[in-house]
Amino acid sequence: MLYRENGQFKSTYASDQQMLPIAQDRVFMVLLLAFAFIGVPLVTSDYVFLSLLIPFLILTLAAIGLNLLVGYCGQISIGHAAFMAVGAYAAYNLVLRVPQLNFLVVLLLAGLIAAVIGVLFGIPSLRIKGLYLAVATLAAQFFSDWMFARVKWFTNYAHSGSVQTAPIELFGWTVETPVEKYLFLLAVLVVFTLVAKNLVRGHIGREWMAMRDMDVAAEVIGIRPVYAKLTAFAVSAFYCGVAGALWGFVYLGSWEPLAFNLNLSLNLLFMIIIGGMGSLLGSYFGAAFIVALPILLDQVPIWLGVPISTATSAHLALMIFGALIVFFLIVEPHGLARLWAIGKEKLRLWPFPH
Amino acid sequence: MRKNWPVLALGAALLVGLALPLATGASSLGFYIEVLLGGLMTGVLYSLVALGFALIFKASGVFNFAQGAMVLFAALAVARLAEAVPLWLAIVLATAIMVALAWVIERVVLRPLVNQEGVTLLMATLGVTYFLDGFGQTVWGSDIYKIDLGIAKEPVMILEKLFEGGILVNKEDFLVAMVAAGLVAGLTLFFQKTATGRALRAVADDHQAAQSVGIPLNHIWVIIWSVAGFVALVAGVIWGSQLGVQFSLAQVALKALPVVILGGFTSIAGAIVGGLIIGVGEKMAEVFLGPVLVKAFDLAGGGIENWFAYVLALLFLLVRPEGLFGEKHIDRV
Repeated sequence: MLYRENGQFKSTYASDQQMLPIAQDRVFMVLLLAFAFIGVPLVTSDYVFLSLLIPFLILTLAAIGLNLLVGYCGQISIGHAAFMAVGAYAAYNLVLRVPQLNFLVVLLLAGLIAAVIGVLFGIPSLRIKGLYLAVATLAAQFFSDWMFARVKWFTNYAHSGSVQTAPIELFGWTVETPVEKYLFLLAVLVVFTLVAKNLVRGHIGREWMAMRDMDVAAEVIGIRPVYAKLTAFAVSAFYCGVAGALWGFVYLGSWEPLAFNLNLSLNLLFMIIIGGMGSLLGSYFGAAFIVALPILLDQVPIWLGVPISTATSAHLALMIFGALIVFFLIVEPHGLARLWAIGKEKLRLWPFPH
Repeated sequence: MRKNWPVLALGAALLVGLALPLATGASSLGFYIEVLLGGLMTGVLYSLVALGFALIFKASGVFNFAQGAMVLFAALAVARLAEAVPLWLAIVLATAIMVALAWVIERVVLRPLVNQEGVTLLMATLGVTYFLDGFGQTVWGSDIYKIDLGIAKEPVMILEKLFEGGILVNKEDFLVAMVAAGLVAGLTLFFQKTATGRALRAVADDHQAAQSVGIPLNHIWVIIWSVAGFVALVAGVIWGSQLGVQFSLAQVALKALPVVILGGFTSIAGAIVGGLIIGVGEKMAEVFLGPVLVKAFDLAGGGIENWFAYVLALLFLLVRPEGLFGEKHIDRV
């Protein structure tokens, strides 16, 4: 009844091609942003910020990065935590060695360095595809695990191999309290989401999708696979590099080389599967799900009054996690984003479905 | 056959790399052979895991990420059951469990996902991996367990007359190599000589054609996953007896991925040869290349065997994407 586009006529190309063509969507988006920027900081406690919202925002950014590659370009990667690690260590070394740089510049440079590494490990994708590529990206994962643990220069010759960071400063503003961190991350994420949205609806995104749907056919109609695949790797690694830098500086503060291990890579992959491949909205859903699930699973036994040791609950969480992934793949291979789309479709017809 | 120069170049580079420690006198012949044997033994273990992997990929086109988790699960089952019953009975019981597991996986995971893309199936096996890791440790416990095969572990000196210092070898290692060889021979016979084996090969060649001549796909999948489960059991028992049964086993089993890449996804011979190459390659790299790297770049320790296999597979993919024994893939629009 409320959600209907009757009477909204498009009289220019611009209005036909805008990002949110339905007026109600635009209103909803404005309200959502207002709530996220103003409402949430007013009502939320520090605990929720630190354990839920901050990791959610950063992992969403990383999931968007991975989604651009896997969901939009169809090149599977199970080593994306490697690019996060590259971003994090690049940012650490930039801050350490060139302290006068603005953190935003550091962030972009870290992303660019990650992008270069991403292109490097993306080169095999020109010859191999599908599952073979998965193993190639595993090489990136294990190599980066090793490199950042062993090459002392990256950690500034720290004895334990772990690195520490100071709170970041932007134009004299020190991002220190949870609320400030949240607002900073939210702003970054909004900007990056906007960029990603426009990338995927522009010509480059269409090239990626053509590569994904059928690479040989795409090549036949004149899409250069080298260009399409490597840009996807570059942009994807850029996003993950930025996310990695934020993960290190804003969320962890100090971290060890194994902070960016295979588990994180797999988690990123789960986010986009559960959220929905080839959907930016899905990256949000997936990240929220993966961040919230372990916390929820920790709480359930307490609510039920059944005491379970931490080891058992960790194993149970693994089991539920695995079962849920299989469940989602069977029931809705297109993820939560698909459910959202179905819901929207239903809402348009409601309350008269015929 | 057309000569593939990049492959030859890579092979030549590897051989030169292998010969270098001896040629430069960086190691004595005895020590060199010891390292080589050690690498081969590790390679056999990788081969065993890769074998289960190749079997499943061949018959169902599923990239089974869960093979490592299956190895861990089987090893845990044997280790814990052996505490209550004799070892042979524990192995029999664990085999039954693996068969049941294969049946469940086919019913719950594969059947609903039939005809889905390879990537979706890979993700599903990732889910199975997580589930098995959690389930195994919930049921069997998460400490480090031992499997005792009842063979003396102390190393024996051989060929003392030939080299100064002789060569240290482990009796158990030889047994392991024999078991692996026996397993491969048995599997080959099973695939080539039995009716079931023929059906399995038919399914591997073409699902639809096999189904249309009356081969029940679902049964075949249960069988192939059971066989893979059994191979995982053998690998798990052997590894468990050498390294102890613990969670890291699943991680080590990931090395089977570069092995199948190297050998070719669908080839049993490839899994064996690939495993040996990777095993020897990474041992050699760790022992001889590692210290050189540490010195040159001032590293905090070696450990290059963690990534050597993957990077080797990556290089190999660049020059020969289908692997050593894989079938060449031709794309058609």
